[in-house]
Amino acid sequence: MVESPNTFDEMLRAIDDPRTPYDAYYKWFSQENVKDLMRKSQQAEDFFRKIGITFNVYGQEEAQERLIPFDIVPRIIAAREWKQLERGIEQRVRAINAFLHDIYHRQEIIRAGRVPKELIATNEAYLPEMIGVNPPGGVYTHIVGTDLVRTGENEFFVLEDNARTPSGVSYMLENRETMLQMFPELFPKLKVRPVSSYPQLLRRSLANCAPDGTQGKPTVAVLTPGIHNSAYFEHAFLADQMGAELVEAHDLRVENGKVAMRTTQGYQAIDVLYRRVDDEYLDPLTFNPESMLGVPGIMDVYRAGGITIANAPGTGIADDKALYSYMPDIVEFYTGERAILKNVPTYRCSEDDSLKYVLENLAELVVKEVHGSGGYGMLVGPAASRKELSEFEKKLRARPSNYIAQPTLALSTVPILTKAGLAPRHVDLRPFVLVSPNKIDIVPGGLTRVALKKGSLVVNSSQGGGTKDTWVLGD
Amino acid sequence: MLGKTAGGLFWMYRYFERAENTARLLEAGWRIALTRGEDDSNEWESVVATAGSAATYNAKYDTYDSANVVNFLLRDKDNPSSVMSSIEAARSNARLVRTALSSEVWEATNECWMALKEALTRPVSDRNLYDTLSAIRFRTSVVRGALHGTMLRNDIFSFSRLGTFLERADNTARILDVKYYVLLPSAAFVGSKMDNVQWEVILRSVSAEQSYRWLNGGDTTPMGIADFLLLDRRMPRSLAFCYANIGEQLEALAREYGERHECHALADRMCNRLNSATIQSVFEEGLHEFLTESISCTSMLAGLIESDFSFYE
Repeated sequence: MVESPNTFDEMLRAIDDPRTPYDAYYKWFSQENVKDLMRKSQQAEDFFRKIGITFNVYGQEEAQERLIPFDIVPRIIAAREWKQLERGIEQRVRAINAFLHDIYHRQEIIRAGRVPKELIATNEAYLPEMIGVNPPGGVYTHIVGTDLVRTGENEFFVLEDNARTPSGVSYMLENRETMLQMFPELFPKLKVRPVSSYPQLLRRSLANCAPDGTQGKPTVAVLTPGIHNSAYFEHAFLADQMGAELVEAHDLRVENGKVAMRTTQGYQAIDVLYRRVDDEYLDPLTFNPESMLGVPGIMDVYRAGGITIANAPGTGIADDKALYSYMPDIVEFYTGERAILKNVPTYRCSEDDSLKYVLENLAELVVKEVHGSGGYGMLVGPAASRKELSEFEKKLRARPSNYIAQPTLALSTVPILTKAGLAPRHVDLRPFVLVSPNKIDIVPGGLTRVALKKGSLVVNSSQGGGTKDTWVLGD
Repeated sequence: MLGKTAGGLFWMYRYFERAENTARLLEAGWRIALTRGEDDSNEWESVVATAGSAATYNAKYDTYDSANVVNFLLRDKDNPSSVMSSIEAARSNARLVRTALSSEVWEATNECWMALKEALTRPVSDRNLYDTLSAIRFRTSVVRGALHGTMLRNDIFSFSRLGTFLERADNTARILDVKYYVLLPSAAFVGSKMDNVQWEVILRSVSAEQSYRWLNGGDTTPMGIADFLLLDRRMPRSLAFCYANIGEQLEALAREYGERHECHALADRMCNRLNSATIQSVFEEGLHEFLTESISCTSMLAGLIESDFSFYE
């Protein structure tokens, strides 16, 4: 695919003409030697390997532990831009929590006719077990990773809301750690805002959501599917940074109305469980009976208010791709304000008119599975071969309600470092949001994912994407 | 601490100790083979037996030649006690208990794994064996150093040390048991060339030939060697030293947790037995019997620690 001249590059307005947030960085970069910087890149990789920041790729025996490629050119966001994003994200996350409470209680939004009933009722991500349940502190999504893309100076769109168990925050933290080691001089010069408080904020935010009646300091634990999970490094990292235990299902059982973990001195009750296990595996008694990753009976404890599960079960309905197109309405319905952040225009293939349009314009659209994630099972029309297009068309006709389609956005680019110097690549941004009863925290930064292949729009690490450090500048 | 974490630490350090012991054993066998010349198959056979891997080895090979044995002990994936298998297992336990490790210990472990994985990708030639064995010693030493230099002295440390010393006690007893016949008084017509070689293997496989000579002024007797490896508490690989440390760590756990278990009772019994024994009494009782009982007590103790501290469900 040819780089469109309309693509917004966040660093350069034109050759050798940096935009304001990048002024100081660009000046610095111009005086550096590309060869030396390439050596730094290698150092960064060695550093990641040494501390073991790896992820596992499913179904690849040999490359079991892979590094996500890291690019040493930062993605820089001006203070003013960040403030606007912050407001928009906070508004959206508030709306999502209000929405979740509503659809598991009175369902006002359905009564008001703003969201179709069947979209909820027949949705796998909607858990009837959560109806009438009040999560401790009223918080459903303790951690959200809002995926944003940019197409112009002030054009930001929300691509996905990731309200289940968003991952990637460990990369935000370790990327920064690496950059601090390699380019310490740049941070004070540019007034880059720190992100290192995230683990403490996370701990505090989770502790503030502990069940009523928790005695003393709440016991927090991180539940991981185990060392073979693709994000195990992150689970261990966060537990370590928070000073919380990292538990697996077989460390837990239900005892005296609490979920307890097996310690060297017997079972000890847990108050808050930050789980990195999907809903369906959480409790074999309630959901998937085959699950080895879950704790039998944990849902009964939860419903009785004996434990906080973060995020709450059933939050997936809020980031479901079929619901995505209703988000502007949802924000308006619960906040009474217009959505600050835009949605990408979305065609619901379940609707005849839309399906017709999508089929006619397949080569220009991005088509996604409603329940898919990680970039699997999606079609990028402009990059697909004729054969791929016709194969996808068959799938689409067979199960239209399984898909949504969006125009191919001209995602912004930020340069990466190559042997030949700077070269623009498409990026997205995932800031991390922490929700507690009275407060929403957004750490100034996030995970910038970058498509390393020239022209590619797919930034997912499972599809050859890399990451960058994200610098939010102070005032 | 989670029971699983205690178990992970215990096994992480057991496997590191095992990797070191296997490398040391290999080095001893290698030295003998070099000085022996022609037929060294008996020596290699006893090396494999000492490593406790005879059954796995025999399932794969018919004869004991140095190339096969070296490969089997260093890097064979089918051999769960090979250096590489042990390092893999140590690291995978370390990943499991990462939250309990200081970042220095974790990084040393990860770097050890990366370096040895690289060094052991292909069979190691005779010419490179010495360097490879040095690398193993060096890498595992860094992990140990990081443990001593950076870890809190609490239950995390205790379970790590218990793993090390249980594995070591088991290893030392097995080395002696495989060779016990050359240490019997009947074999004491000192000076026969063969026995000198055998004794040297024993001392070398616990890296103690120098310290033994230094302490005993060159007076090498079977009883002296047995005394040194069993009862001498100055010797960091002797049974008495290992058990003194096991006892100390279990005491620390009893203090920290305010509770004593069956494992404490058994460890006390073993410590008393080693404290009150003399090498004469051991030989009167029967060296082989003494060793067999030690081995089975050590394994029983490991089982008790596992259940007393809820390593598993």
